[in-house]
Amino acid sequence: MSQAPASDRPLAVDISGLWTVYGGGDAPEFVVHRDLDLQIAQGEIFSLVGGSGSGKTTLLRHILGLETPTKGQVSVMGQATGQADPRTAASRVGMLFQQGALFSAFNVLDNIAFALSELSHLPPDLVRDAALVKLQMVGLKAKDASKMPADLSGGMIKRVALARALIMDPPLLLLDEPTAGLDPEGADGFCELLRDMHHELGLTVIMVTHDLDTLLELSSRVAVLADQKVVAVGTPREVIATPHPFIHHYFGGGRGQRAMALLDGPSPNNAQPIASPA
Amino acid sequence: MASTPVANHPTAAAPIAGDAAPRVERQTGPDGPVLEVLGEWTAARLADARMWRNLQASLHQHAGGETPSAPSTAWSLEGIQALDHIGAQLLWERWSQAWPAELRISDGQRALLERVARFTQQPAPAPKRTLWQRYLGLGDGVLALLSHLHSFIGLLGQLLLDTLRLLRAPSRAPWRDISGHLFHFGATALPITALVGFLIGVVLAYLSAQQLRQFGADAFIVDLLGVSLVRELGPMLAAILVAGRSGSAITAQIGVMRVTEELDAMRVMGISPGFRLVMPRALALAVAMPLISLWTTVVALLGGMVAADVALGISPTFFIQALPGAVDLANLWLAVGKTVVFGLLIALIACHFGLRVERNTESLGKGTTAAVVTSITVVILVDALFAIAFKDVGV
Repeated sequence: MSQAPASDRPLAVDISGLWTVYGGGDAPEFVVHRDLDLQIAQGEIFSLVGGSGSGKTTLLRHILGLETPTKGQVSVMGQATGQADPRTAASRVGMLFQQGALFSAFNVLDNIAFALSELSHLPPDLVRDAALVKLQMVGLKAKDASKMPADLSGGMIKRVALARALIMDPPLLLLDEPTAGLDPEGADGFCELLRDMHHELGLTVIMVTHDLDTLLELSSRVAVLADQKVVAVGTPREVIATPHPFIHHYFGGGRGQRAMALLDGPSPNNAQPIASPA
Repeated sequence: MASTPVANHPTAAAPIAGDAAPRVERQTGPDGPVLEVLGEWTAARLADARMWRNLQASLHQHAGGETPSAPSTAWSLEGIQALDHIGAQLLWERWSQAWPAELRISDGQRALLERVARFTQQPAPAPKRTLWQRYLGLGDGVLALLSHLHSFIGLLGQLLLDTLRLLRAPSRAPWRDISGHLFHFGATALPITALVGFLIGVVLAYLSAQQLRQFGADAFIVDLLGVSLVRELGPMLAAILVAGRSGSAITAQIGVMRVTEELDAMRVMGISPGFRLVMPRALALAVAMPLISLWTTVVALLGGMVAADVALGISPTFFIQALPGAVDLANLWLAVGKTVVFGLLIALIACHFGLRVERNTESLGKGTTAAVVTSITVVILVDALFAIAFKDVGV
C-alpha cells in the first residue's frame, strides 16, 4: 500500500448533502440522514460507527444503490449510483451481508461462482477454477466446495460470502458487521483475512462494525454517525479525542477502555492510519 | 506478497477506449516472435460478451488453435493495462496450466499468477452411484416413508391429547387463534370457491344437457346435478381448493417458524407447539371445511340451474322444487361428515410437512410442494374409501 495522503488519491465514495426521509404523506416523517457529507478515498479501510438505528446500514445500502436518496448525491468511483449499469454491478462493488446471505439452494462453489456463471459466455471450466481460487484465497479448502450453506459454521459462512463478494475482483468491498456472531478466534482470523485481502487486492473497504477490536485494529479512518449526520471523521485516535456525548459514551465505556489499550500497545501488523483529508 | 496492489482498477467513469479491450498481438522481437498481452484483462471487461468474443478471436488468430496449446512461445505482459484474478485465470488456462518458456512480467503480476496457479487444481470427481447403492437407496425410500407415517401418527395422537386438554380446560384454549384461522381458512376462501363452483356447475349442466336431450330425459338433469354435486363434486372441489390455498399457507408458516427457531423459542417457554400451533389450525379447518364445501355445492347448483334454464328450458322453480325429491338428505350428511375428515387431514398433513422443514429455503419450498401434493392425493384416496364404505347410503 502506498502511504500517500488520502487527499491525493481519487475518491471511492463521495456523498454530499444526503437526505434520507421515510414516511411522508399521511405517515409521520422519519429522517435518517440530514444533509450528510462523507468522502472516502480509494485504498482506505473505513469504518462507520453509530448507535442502533443511526442509519449505518442504510448508508451502506445507499452506496450499493439499493436505496434512492430523498435529496443529495451519492457517487461511487466517480459515478452516480443511480446511473450505474446493473449488469456490471458485481465487478464494481462487493457486499458482505451480516448473515452472509448465501443462496441456500446452491453449494459453496456455485455460490461463489454465481455472478460469473450468470455471464453465460464464459466457459464453465474457467468459472469453476476462478471460484476455486477465490475459495482458497479466503482460507477454505477445495474439499469444502461441495458443501451446502446449511452445513457451514458461522466463520465459514462469512468466508464463503467474502469469496462470493470478491469473485469479480471489485475495487470496493462493503462489510456489514463482519465479525458479528464469530467467536474471538474466528473474529481475529477474519480480521487478518480482511487485512490480507485489502493488502493483496488493493481494495477499498467500508465497514459497519460494533466490534471495537476490529474497528481499532483495521480502520485507517472512522466516521461516527449520530444526530442524523456524521459528527466526527478521522483516524481512530482523532475520533476518540472528539468531544461529543455519543463518542464519549461509545468509546469511554468499559469495553471501549479495554479496546483502547490495544491501540496504545505495540501492534506490529496494525494498519497504518492515514491522514484525514479534512 | 506483492507490496503494490496488483489489480489496478480503472475507475468506472473512464470511457471504454478501444485499447482497453483485452487482446493479444503477435510481434516479432529480436529473439523471435513474442505474444503481447494488451488491454484490461479484468472481470469487468471479460463480462462483456462482445469483448469476450473479440478476445477469443484474437487468441485464436495469434496464439493458435481453439484448444489451449503448449506454451512454447514467448509471452509478454509488459503492455497490459490491468490484470485481475479472472484475467490471470484465463491466461493460465490458455497456457494449459504451465508456465510459458519465456515470460516478461512484473513482480506484482507474477505474484497474482502464482497465486492463481497454486490454487487451480482439479476438483475431485463426483463419486458415481453403484448398483448396490441404488438398491440401498430403495430401502432408504421405504424407511423415509415409514418415518413420515410414524411422525404423522404421532401428530394425530398429539392432536387427540391436545383436544382432550382443551375439553378439560376450555378457558385456557387459544380461542383467538382458532377464530383468526377460521377467518383466514374459511371466510377469505369464499370468493374463489364460489367462482370455481359456479363455473363447474355451468359446464356440468351444459355437457349433460346435450346427452339427456337425446333420450328426452331433460327432467333428470336435476337428479344428475343434485347427486353428483352434493355427494361428490362439491366436497372434492372445495377440498382441493383449500388444500392448495390453506395447506400451503400452513406449511409455509410453520416452516418459516422452524427456520427462524421460533418453534424452539416456544418450546423453551414450556408451550407445546402441538397445542398452540397444530390444534388451532386443525380445529379451524375441521370447522371451516364443511361450511366451504356446502357453500361451493350451493353455488355450483346455482350455476347448474342457470345453465339448465338456458340449455333445456327447465325453470329455476321446477329445479328447486324437484331437488329435495332427487337428492336424499343422507347425501348431505355424508358430505358434511367427510369434509370434516378432509379438513382435519389437510391441516395435519400441512403441519406435518411444516414441522419437518429444515433450516434452509430449499427445504421450505420442497415441504410446501409435498404438503399440497400429499394432501390432495390423500383427500382423493379418502374420498374413494368413503364412496366404498357408504355405497348403500343415500342412492
